[in-house]
Amino acid sequence: MRVMGSETEYGIHAPSAPGANATMMSARIIQAYATVTRQRAAGGAETRWDYTDEEPLHDARGWTVDRAAADPSQLTDQPPVLDAEAVALAYGRQELELDGADESGSLLMNMVLGNGARLYVDHAHPEYSSPEVTNPRDAVAWDAAGDLVALATVRKVAADTTLPPINLYKNNTDNKSVSYGSHENYLMPRSVPFGDIIRGLTPFFVSRQVVCGAGRVGLGQDSSTPGYQISQRADFFEAEVGLETTIRRPIINTRDEPHATADKYRRLHVIIGDANLSQASNYLKFGTTAMVLSLIEAGQAPKIEVHEPVQALQSISHDTTLTATVRLLDGRRITALDIQWMYYEAAAKLAQETGVADSVTGDGHTHAVLARWESTLTTLGSDISAAASSVEWVAKRSLLEGYRHRDGLAWDDARLGLVDLQWSDIRPEKGLYYRLLSRDRMTRIVDDGDIARAVSEPPSDTRAYFRGRCVSKFGKDVVGASWDSVIFDVPGLGKLQRVPTREPLRGTQTLTGALFERHQDAGSFLAELMGQNPPAAKS
Amino acid sequence: MAAQEQQQPQSRETETEVDVPEAPPAAPEAQASEATQGVDDLLDEIDGVLESNAEEFVRAFVQKGGQ
Repeated sequence: MRVMGSETEYGIHAPSAPGANATMMSARIIQAYATVTRQRAAGGAETRWDYTDEEPLHDARGWTVDRAAADPSQLTDQPPVLDAEAVALAYGRQELELDGADESGSLLMNMVLGNGARLYVDHAHPEYSSPEVTNPRDAVAWDAAGDLVALATVRKVAADTTLPPINLYKNNTDNKSVSYGSHENYLMPRSVPFGDIIRGLTPFFVSRQVVCGAGRVGLGQDSSTPGYQISQRADFFEAEVGLETTIRRPIINTRDEPHATADKYRRLHVIIGDANLSQASNYLKFGTTAMVLSLIEAGQAPKIEVHEPVQALQSISHDTTLTATVRLLDGRRITALDIQWMYYEAAAKLAQETGVADSVTGDGHTHAVLARWESTLTTLGSDISAAASSVEWVAKRSLLEGYRHRDGLAWDDARLGLVDLQWSDIRPEKGLYYRLLSRDRMTRIVDDGDIARAVSEPPSDTRAYFRGRCVSKFGKDVVGASWDSVIFDVPGLGKLQRVPTREPLRGTQTLTGALFERHQDAGSFLAELMGQNPPAAKS
Repeated sequence: MAAQEQQQPQSRETETEVDVPEAPPAAPEAQASEATQGVDDLLDEIDGVLESNAEEFVRAFVQKGGQ
């Protein structure tokens, strides 16, 4: 359908060591994965990130923010500073005995994985950024694979009895005024005017939470008002459009880092979504958003404008009956479901015109997304609780209501707060989502075997295939990688070889699979790749 | 103007049904108790995996800023 990907920042907590430094704990998580995969033992396959093409201060509206004026958290183009000295000062020398510290004593903060993903320390959280995929089913698979990566790190850390165990949560807030993100990325042609994107997406983003909100106990950023709301993230949004992601969060984020051929593509960076464990919600989040972008590109997005969208976003989130209305600029008042139906109808019409939903000649995905979107909206419009097996906020609410009914708990009871938090614990024996999944109370979109394979295998149909295979096969000779490059240091060559991968749909298995099969060492692999107008680098 | 504000665009039949009181269809007693049993079983299982001191656990879950 479209090149897309996810980013998940996990909540991190060591119950036996309250107040432990979050960045340090996050680094332990990355170390743990390096150890688990033995990539380190293989000789440095825990590839370092190449920061050359990071441009966090480029604004899609056409300007660049001055570094001095930017919030320090926006400077994501610099490696995080957590060198030996800083760690030693803060935590004592013994922390450096972690087996991940290299000769220089600096900690590994960043890995490129064999499945094409990135695993790294982002501010004070471990983050998994999925490889690029081309459809919402694969987006669910490689996003869920990230939860298995996170699980492997938690197990590894727990096995070390000399340090406190660490829990990871796939949620978006600590209910004490702090939020952390779950982002989506979508590739778009650069030619689409950004104003069209803002107009076309805002009503959709304000309303899509009814199908992909993860649910939250408590209202307000600090959760000070008792209650339950649809979205984890809604209360943390304060602006309509902007470059920031950590402060004054905007509904439409304008970060313009294409990680691809810049004059052809833009990467739409979406920061408004909730982290989803529910596969059905996650599937609809990626699938419907991708289709709405097609509507915008075709100039067929519904022509509606929501009055005060930030307020509308929050009032929709705070109404679990789905009857609240928001005002449009033309004076009409409509519900979030009404807005979703407008987008659904427009998307179904466009799909009909272009043929992408055809069962034989279509793209193989649009038809399924439309069907699930329609049935979910229909269910939510008639009997909300009937959506408990698919829509995440409804599933969580159903569990919470069970407790409220059985034990007579008020919304501010700490046990409901715990159910909300533990819903997202990524350990299947502790995570309440996983308890429901094991009883088949939650819908599976992707089977468990495919998710397990996605932990180590890259998607076959994007440049992530090239990146992941380079790391898996030639890891000891790969010294760095990023979304749009892989850097080799091959013995005897004398200088680093940087292979650009600026076309997201090149470097696929079809284009490079045989090349990987033909070569058992990086030197001959590179010689053929660079010598013959390399498929992965061609633009 | 007021009338215009009330206008519902492309309303589906299902959307007008939200005000209908949620009266669950009268199910045979055995079936109803089976469903209740299922929920009770689930809650019992979850009681067993919930962290022990809810108040303290939730209070201690403090995160640093993120994106």
